Amino acid sequence: MNLPYYPGCTLKANASHFEDSAIKAMEILGHQLVEMKDWVCCGTVFSQTDDDLMLHLASIRNLLRAKEQGFDELVTLCSMCYNTLNRSKAFIDSDPDNLKKVTDFMYRENIEYDQDIQVYHLFNILKDRIKYETIEKLVHNPLKSLRLGAYYGCLLVRPKEFAIDDFEEPTIIEDFLRILGAEAIDYPYKLECCGAYQTLTQKDVSVKRCYEILNSAKKANCDAIVTSCPLCAYNLDFLQKEIEKEYVGFVNIPVFYFTELLALALGHTWEASWSELHAVDPLPLLKDKQLI
Amino acid sequence: MAEEKRKMVKVYISGELFEVPEGSTIVTAMEYAGFQLKRGVGCREGYCGACATVYREKGDYKLKGGLACQTVVTDGMALTQIPFVPAEKPTYDLDKLSPDVSTFMELFPSVFRCVACNTCTKACPQDIQVMDYVQALIRGDIAKAADLSFDCIRCGLCALRCPAEIVQYNNATLARRLYGKYLSRKSPELEKRLKEISEGKFDQEMDKLKKMGRKELSETYYKREIKIS
Ligand code: SF4
Ligand code: SF4
Repeated sequence: MNLPYYPGCTLKANASHFEDSAIKAMEILGHQLVEMKDWVCCGTVFSQTDDDLMLHLASIRNLLRAKEQGFDELVTLCSMCYNTLNRSKAFIDSDPDNLKKVTDFMYRENIEYDQDIQVYHLFNILKDRIKYETIEKLVHNPLKSLRLGAYYGCLLVRPKEFAIDDFEEPTIIEDFLRILGAEAIDYPYKLECCGAYQTLTQKDVSVKRCYEILNSAKKANCDAIVTSCPLCAYNLDFLQKEIEKEYVGFVNIPVFYFTELLALALGHTWEASWSELHAVDPLPLLKDKQLI
Repeated sequence: MAEEKRKMVKVYISGELFEVPEGSTIVTAMEYAGFQLKRGVGCREGYCGACATVYREKGDYKLKGGLACQTVVTDGMALTQIPFVPAEKPTYDLDKLSPDVSTFMELFPSVFRCVACNTCTKACPQDIQVMDYVQALIRGDIAKAADLSFDCIRCGLCALRCPAEIVQYNNATLARRLYGKYLSRKSPELEKRLKEISEGKFDQEMDKLKKMGRKELSETYYKREIKIS
């Protein structure tokens, strides 16, 4: 099956291993992620101001262009794109005045935005459409003895209207990790914010947040963390250098995109180019568990 | 037979009303009205980008951008020229740059402020998909940005209209430079020709051209043989 796919900017740069592993894993599952043409950045962060429509144009333009290309749904991998596209859509769709203003403003596009398009996160596709039971049968390299901490962060579960699972006690990632053969570990900080963009202006805030999250996972005996957000992945992985300086005795812990583990469990070889984009080298762990 | 009287149209140039012959371009209309253009005019052929002009037409709410030498006046048009656009223009050494998104993060961090409003595309007199090349840069697709922006004449209208205060054309120029230096297929013919030039193969011919008068030069230009292999 072809799945219309919206990548978002980071997956074309710092998180290209996220995209690459997703495309390859989906191929093994018999599905093609078909990248929509002429997409624009989703706007990155959903704007909370309700009188600046300009900040919602990017999301709506993507939905309009996807529709123009014949798609009535879009799949995202990045939690932030998923969240922003859906929330801007809901915001614009819910107010006829806003809808009219946005439609009028986008007169250069070939069609008008008609609201009739859905945005899904790949997790929902894996669970509800492809089904975890089906994936489980295709696991050739079970991630046995790997103790993994699912990290949801904010964007997959908040606000609750757009949560990919129960917004307070989600298990969709843990269930996924279990079908891959891993041990999914629950730990208290899996829904905490990583500090997000504070990393640019007040790095110490993100360093502290990430330390607390990683430490919480380590105390629960996780071998690694699993996420679907490039910003969370950046903070949790790349800030470990700073954490080491700040918190004496801190030992590094690898951070994976869920698609890397999916591809690996489905029998795809781990690729060197994926490792290059990790700050904490995941290879020693994967070798130790005899997964590569 | 008496010459038929040319039909005139009314135009507002920087707010002042003039009657100019119908069918004039903005440049010829301005000259007809008595303006002596020292800035805001260049090649008069639509190539140089010096004559950026903004205008509104009667009954249309849209603020349009055009090249004064290519845009024909219409009755009731209000226009003003934009001879210069102050722009962010970092200095860089192309040899020290890499053809990826990190270069833009360092030299043009403002490009990441784009909100995808497409105002730049609406303003561009060259019909370039300006927003799409900006977006290509944001995701590090230098080749696509270079390709989409190929016809840019650096008129500056996009940058003037951008709510995110991005200088699109300077970004695009860098993209094309990076593409030319690092990403495009290397041409053995170019290497050969550069060698021939430095060895003086065309010196004599160049000297001959330099000594020609305007008329002879123009004739030679239009009679030239174009070899496409
Ligand atoms: S891209 Fe900008 S500078 Fe280039 S021609 Fe279009 S409006 Fe002018
Ligand atoms: S005008 Fe500026 S903000 Fe709007 S699409 Fe163009 S570059 Fe982006």
